[in-house]
Amino acid sequence: MTLNLTVSPDFAPDHISGWFIFNTWLQRQLGTGVHLELYDCFDAQRQDIKSGKFDLVYANPFDASMLVRELGFKALVRPISKPDETIIATHKDSPLQCVEDLKPGAQLVATDDPDVNRIGMIMLEPADLDQTNTETTTVDSYVIVAKNVLNKNAEVGFFLKDAYDELSDLIKSQMKILVSSEISVVHHTLLLCPKLQKYAPKIQQRLVKMADDEKGRSVLESMNLLGWEVMTEEESEFMIDLIDTLLDE
Amino acid sequence: MPEHDMKDVRDIVINYHDGTSRKATVLDREVPYPEGKLIVSRTDTQGIITHANQAFVEMSGYTEEELIGTNHYILRHPDMPAVAFAGLWETIEAGNKWHGYVKNLRKDGAYYWVKATVIPNIRNGVVVGYTSVRRKPSRSKISESEALYKTLR
Repeated sequence: MTLNLTVSPDFAPDHISGWFIFNTWLQRQLGTGVHLELYDCFDAQRQDIKSGKFDLVYANPFDASMLVRELGFKALVRPISKPDETIIATHKDSPLQCVEDLKPGAQLVATDDPDVNRIGMIMLEPADLDQTNTETTTVDSYVIVAKNVLNKNAEVGFFLKDAYDELSDLIKSQMKILVSSEISVVHHTLLLCPKLQKYAPKIQQRLVKMADDEKGRSVLESMNLLGWEVMTEEESEFMIDLIDTLLDE
Repeated sequence: MPEHDMKDVRDIVINYHDGTSRKATVLDREVPYPEGKLIVSRTDTQGIITHANQAFVEMSGYTEEELIGTNHYILRHPDMPAVAFAGLWETIEAGNKWHGYVKNLRKDGAYYWVKATVIPNIRNGVVVGYTSVRRKPSRSKISESEALYKTLR
């Protein structure tokens, strides 16, 4: 048996090799083949997930919702102390001091990361802005989001906080944060497909103990994670209910 | 209490739909919604609070211990028309999502406005409770809601 694994494309490029190291570690732990496939586009990945290509998915919170409610996946673990938070930032010389200073017609730049974009749009609501009265340029990475902000091609950019924190000090010194989310309970999740649920306890156990030995810790470090903790079915349902409240339709 | 608040203080009795009531002090003082935060709570099917996040604790002015086990209506501001909450319950009991702008009453009598969304928590096809998530509303939506609610009281 080979487990097919994919990872939400919103981690920093520096950690790509970390996920391949994790893939090897997981193969050894489970004594079975694990095949990792990475994407640089959320939509393409989502289509392949929906077609049943993957057994194990490290999903962003919005995709986790789809995986559990539509495809019957179950959450196994979540990364410790790593909530998904969103930052809206502008050029340091911008006259904008807060979100409410933005006006209809505002130009935004973002990736196609669904959770960051949804939380970002929610944080623009106090300025009466939504998708109908803003213009969004979608780019491939958070570094390009930052470049567009620095070149003043957009008034503000949406960032995953982790990705913003990993930008170079030079880039960050030329930007200012207008608002940073503090939601705390929305995070990535590792989920297993319905047909392989019998392996859930073993995978869960190995991952939870991963930080207990030096080898495991070094793999985690290469992925910029501290460790994993069990996610119960009710915790996963709670997060999905919460995400559901953030979708307006 | 600061002297400038004294002239805006009202002592009132709030009557709830279940026949209970309580005395409350109401101040004409708005507490700004905290930037970037979501206020999250869960209740059972009767509206009794079973979970409150830190932002809820901070904005409501109650301790977590005071909130858990209490009916969510403890947050209702007397300026809110009863019909707004009747609509909320009708919507969520039918299994649907409810959105609305709500003026909430803090323990200290001050108030804060939120954009609230409430959804039923459905487990194995059964509604086991409700999740309410509040976020920062725009000033224009608050003004529209204030005007509307005055006509409904």
